[in-house]
Amino acid sequence: MKNQASIKYAPAAESSSAPHQKKEFTISVFTENQIGLLSRIAIMFSRRKINVESLNVSPTEIEGISRFTIVISEVEEVVSKLNRQIEKQVEVLKSYYNVNEDIVWQELAMYKVPTSVISEKAKVERLLREYGAQAVAIRSDYTVFETVGHREETDGLLNALAPYGLIEFVRSARVAIIKDSEGFHAKLKEFEQHEPSQEVIENEFLDKRDEVFTM
Amino acid sequence: MDTLEVKEAATPQTEKVTTLTGSQALLEGLLIEGVTTIFGYPGGAIMPIYDALYDYHDKLEHILVRHEQGGIHAAQGYARSSGKVGVVFATSGPGATNLITGVADAMIDSTPLVCITGQVFAHLLGTDAFQETDVVNITAPVTKWNYQITDANEIPGVLAKAFHIARTGRPGPVLIDITKNAQIQKFDFKGYTPCNHIRSYRPAPKVRKSYVEQAAKLINEAKKPFVIFGQGVILGEAEKEFKAFIEKAGLPAAWTILGESAIPTDHPLNVGMLGMHGNYAPNVLTNDCDVLIAVGMRFDDRVTGRLDKYAKQAKIIHLDIDPAEIDKNVPVTVPVWGDCKETLPMLTALLDSKDHKEWLAKFRELEAEEIKEVIDPELNPTGEVMSMGEVIKVLNELTGGEAIIVTDVGQHQMVACRYADFKRSRSNITSGGLGTMGFGLPAAIGAKYGAPDRTVVAICGDGGLQMTIQEFGTIMQFGAAVKTLILNNHFLGMVRQWQQLFNDKRYSFVNITSPDFIKVAEGYGIPGKSIDQRADLRAALKEMLDHDGAYVLEVMVGKENNVFPMVPQGCSVSEIRLK
Repeated sequence: MKNQASIKYAPAAESSSAPHQKKEFTISVFTENQIGLLSRIAIMFSRRKINVESLNVSPTEIEGISRFTIVISEVEEVVSKLNRQIEKQVEVLKSYYNVNEDIVWQELAMYKVPTSVISEKAKVERLLREYGAQAVAIRSDYTVFETVGHREETDGLLNALAPYGLIEFVRSARVAIIKDSEGFHAKLKEFEQHEPSQEVIENEFLDKRDEVFTM
Repeated sequence: MDTLEVKEAATPQTEKVTTLTGSQALLEGLLIEGVTTIFGYPGGAIMPIYDALYDYHDKLEHILVRHEQGGIHAAQGYARSSGKVGVVFATSGPGATNLITGVADAMIDSTPLVCITGQVFAHLLGTDAFQETDVVNITAPVTKWNYQITDANEIPGVLAKAFHIARTGRPGPVLIDITKNAQIQKFDFKGYTPCNHIRSYRPAPKVRKSYVEQAAKLINEAKKPFVIFGQGVILGEAEKEFKAFIEKAGLPAAWTILGESAIPTDHPLNVGMLGMHGNYAPNVLTNDCDVLIAVGMRFDDRVTGRLDKYAKQAKIIHLDIDPAEIDKNVPVTVPVWGDCKETLPMLTALLDSKDHKEWLAKFRELEAEEIKEVIDPELNPTGEVMSMGEVIKVLNELTGGEAIIVTDVGQHQMVACRYADFKRSRSNITSGGLGTMGFGLPAAIGAKYGAPDRTVVAICGDGGLQMTIQEFGTIMQFGAAVKTLILNNHFLGMVRQWQQLFNDKRYSFVNITSPDFIKVAEGYGIPGKSIDQRADLRAALKEMLDHDGAYVLEVMVGKENNVFPMVPQGCSVSEIRLK
């Protein structure tokens, strides 16, 4: 996989185009399902005065393994070091960090609007269709719609509905799929072996040392 | 309680099941982990464990300290001198919060500890019950791992995990918080199996041969290679391997204060101490070497000074067991991650035999300058008042470098680390990363239990000693033969030095008055003496060392002496000042 925790063989300043610019990073952490780990991970961000913009924790396809999806805006060097500190936590199996180009991500949003507005105003109905909103609950007094998408998309409908008596709005944290991933099963099997893992740190330069290592 | 029967059940092979309380299971587990000494202090929420301990007093020695901070520092001293895991007991609430300075100290200095705290009954959690504190969350950032047990059935498994985590990989403190109901609860004890694998925990990364080869190539082609080493060499029990490594390629080696004593002081390749108050040559030549080889050290800011001017000319090789240390502060050319006990011999095998005579001579040249400007005046002062350095010098002559030196924090610490002689590893015990004043006396008590056959000297300042002076009570009751050497300059000397150098001598609250330490010691039944004349120094130190048991010697030293050389904060290591 690209862009995981990696050792840079050149000082950061020479290695990438704009290393000191803050970017959005999505950190995916695979962990044991254990009380207290959320707090341990959360304080690693606050200790470094990094604001967590979005945080999702949920069970994975493997029983007993949880997945944290954390979105922060930081420079890559900080994220890379933080990622390694996260991996040091005893109950963390593996942590990845990715820029937006490397992931497919979604957020879910729900909108509660007066049913009367929808039934009376054709414009609202058109709006909902335009944003791909689905009704999840229809009552005589209110209706709840949901949309799924990136922040701009869910924001778009929020703004559009605002003039029509929006009662309540809620948005979930980001969930993300890493484009290059091959699933976590194989990795977990490796962790269950007694031998130390090869994959403590993936090194993107491992097979290209002639290119990066000069005497 | 019939402990014999329990012991039989405790072996993992047998299927026999015994009914034990959680407390008994805990103590059985400690025995199987090889624990012999516990430092602790009882209280309401840990009473069931102390009740069970009553039946184990012949197998588990419990040292009742005078304050939980003293208890955990003693456990640290024990771990550092013995190489084993230190164990400390404390009750809930204030007992547990009093541990925290020591937990943080052990975390930053990678000291293996298992801390057991009592907790209120599980049904009272979150109710602001008497002496309830959320210890697991308070200690989360300063423990390698922690866990709260609310059911006795969890005790054997969690304890086994705790010891495994504390002592493997990069060691560290682990805390187990046990609610009172779990301590009392009877359950079917199916035996205790030590833990050797946790799927989410990878203590030792696999060594990659290609990096070892790259590192060897760099070292072989280097004209001015320089080794800097830290406590990793001691924690990895790799002293022999390290010596072989530097000797084969004739590599000058300098130490961090936690790495000190890994090789003898008088080893021909030992070029001294790194960092803010370290030696002149290793600091200056850090910015002159062509290959810098860091072994089991973490490039602390007190070692590196200003990072953007640190060893920029050098290719850097970093050997460390903790992958997160690679590139953390200093970008590395070749990382050799792994246990240095394993990686050093692999590297040594690939090295060409060399002596780097000219390069080594450069260290000796600068050393001569430092001897003339700093060391000689410090060790052989001509003024009337004594210097800290000359006290250490005479101490060296009397101990022959065989003693364990435990220091507190401040000027005396820097002087002791600079001038004390060491012949054996695990002999310099000091609070490095956290700089905890009050560490010295209790850590020395623990160090004595960890190495009962060795002389243990606690070197303390007049300030730091007063932070944990109550531990004289522990010495009084349990008789640890700790020699407390107070270097009294009537000041909080290190802060005073900074105020003199950087704050125009505005001495703001650094003038500290002390009690009559010798009378205080006498009150605790510990003999002692206070001297202020150079003529009495040798005899007084000898009396202290020869005395059969604990002893307190106070030496009045120069009030406004400074520790030099010094790398001022924000300066590069090569800008080190000799005065």
